[in-house]
Amino acid sequence: MAKALVRAGLVAVGLVWVAFATNTALAGEVKRYVVEGSRAAELDSCVEPTERMRRMHMEFIKHQRISTVHEGIRGTKYSLTGCVDCHISYDVERIPKPINQPDQFCGACHAYTAVDLNCFDCHASVPNRPGVDADRAHREAGVEGLVRSGRNGEGH
Amino acid sequence: MGKATEMNDKHTRSEAESGALKASAIDGGRRGFIGVAAGVTAAMVAPGVILHAVAAAPRSQPVTSDVRWGLLIDTTKCVDGCSACVEACGRENGLDLQVKSEDESEARWDHQKSVWIRKVKLQDNQTGRVTNLPMMCQHCEHPPCVDVCPTGASFKRADGIVMVDRHLCIGCRYCMMACPYKARSFIHQGTSGQLTRAPRGKGCVESCNLCVHRRDNGEESTACVDACVAEGHEAIVFGDLKDPASPISRKLNEIPSRQIREDLVLNTGVRYSGV
Repeated sequence: MAKALVRAGLVAVGLVWVAFATNTALAGEVKRYVVEGSRAAELDSCVEPTERMRRMHMEFIKHQRISTVHEGIRGTKYSLTGCVDCHISYDVERIPKPINQPDQFCGACHAYTAVDLNCFDCHASVPNRPGVDADRAHREAGVEGLVRSGRNGEGH
Repeated sequence: MGKATEMNDKHTRSEAESGALKASAIDGGRRGFIGVAAGVTAAMVAPGVILHAVAAAPRSQPVTSDVRWGLLIDTTKCVDGCSACVEACGRENGLDLQVKSEDESEARWDHQKSVWIRKVKLQDNQTGRVTNLPMMCQHCEHPPCVDVCPTGASFKRADGIVMVDRHLCIGCRYCMMACPYKARSFIHQGTSGQLTRAPRGKGCVESCNLCVHRRDNGEESTACVDACVAEGHEAIVFGDLKDPASPISRKLNEIPSRQIREDLVLNTGVRYSGV
C-alpha cells in the first residue's frame, strides 16, 4: 500500500515537472516571435491565452473588422495592425520583414498548415504609421512578388 | 394636526429667512472673492479641458447619426490648374503608390487608375464662364451605389459616410454603373506597399470615404481640406452638417449652395457654391 502511494506520488511529481517544462518551452518559443520592446514583449501571452489565440485568432479579427469598418471602432483589443506591430521582425538594417513572408510569424504557420493568408493582399504587412515608407521596406526586403500574392482561390 | 404643521412651517420659514438675511449681511465681500476665484480657476482649467477633448483618441463607441459629415466647396475659390487636393488625397490613401504596368498604354492608365477626387472644369457655352471644382463621392443620404450592391459591401455609415467594406466587395462594379457622379474606381492590379491606415487591394471598388481613419481617430479635417488651406485657397470646408454651430453649417446658411444633380433628390453631403 505504502509502496503504491510512493509510486503514485512519484508519477504525480513527474507529471507536474513535465507540465512545467512544456510550459517553459512554449513560453520560450513564443517570446522569439515577439518584437523586443513592443507591447507584447511585456505580456505572458497575446491578447488571449496562447492556445486560444492559435485556434481562434481568425475569428477574433473577423468580428473586429465588422465593428471597425461599419461602426468606426478603432480601439479594439483584437486588431490586425496589432498583430503586425508586435510580431514583425527586422533584418540587420532594421528594415521590417513583411509578416506574411513564409519564414515570418504569420507566413510560417500559414505555409505549414497550407491555409491561404490573404489579409495582406490589402493590408499593410509591415508597420507603416506616418513616417515609415512601406514600399521601400518591401522593395529592400525583395518581396514585391510575395506581396502581390494571388487572391483567395487563385493558388489552388 | 393641520395647524401644527402650519405653525411648524412658519417657524422654519422664518428661521430660513433670518439665516439668509444674516448670510447676505456677512457674505458680501466673501461672495465676490469666491466668484473671482471661480472665474480664475475656470479660465485656467478650461483650455486644458478643451485641449483634452480635441486630442486624438481612437474611437471606442459605435458611430451614431448624431453627426453627418459633409463638405462645402466654394468653386469661386477653386483655382484652375491646382490639384493640391487630388495629390493630398492620393498620399493620404495610398493612391500615389499605384504603378502603371508596362504593357498598358498611357491613355488607358489615365482612364483606369484609381482616383478619389477628379478636378472638373465646366464651361457655360453661352457665356463662356469657366468653373473649376473637385468631384468626389457626394456621400448621398440615399446612395444609389448602396441600393444596387448585391453583397452589402457598399454601405452608408451612421455618420453619413458612404463607403465600401472591401471584405465583402466582390468587384462586380454595379455601384460604379449606378453612381451619377462617376466617383468610384476599381482596382485592376495587385497592390504593394499599402498604408496601415488605408488598406486596398485588387478586385475591389473604392471611393472617397471622407478620410474615415481620421474621423475614427478624432482628427478635425480631411487631407483635401488641409491641402487646400496649405495652398491658401480655402475652397473646401469640412464639418458636421447636423451641428448648426459648425463652420460648414454656418457657411451653408450664409452663402447660396447647390447639390450636383439635385433632380435625383439624393440629398448629397457634398455641396457646391458658385455653380
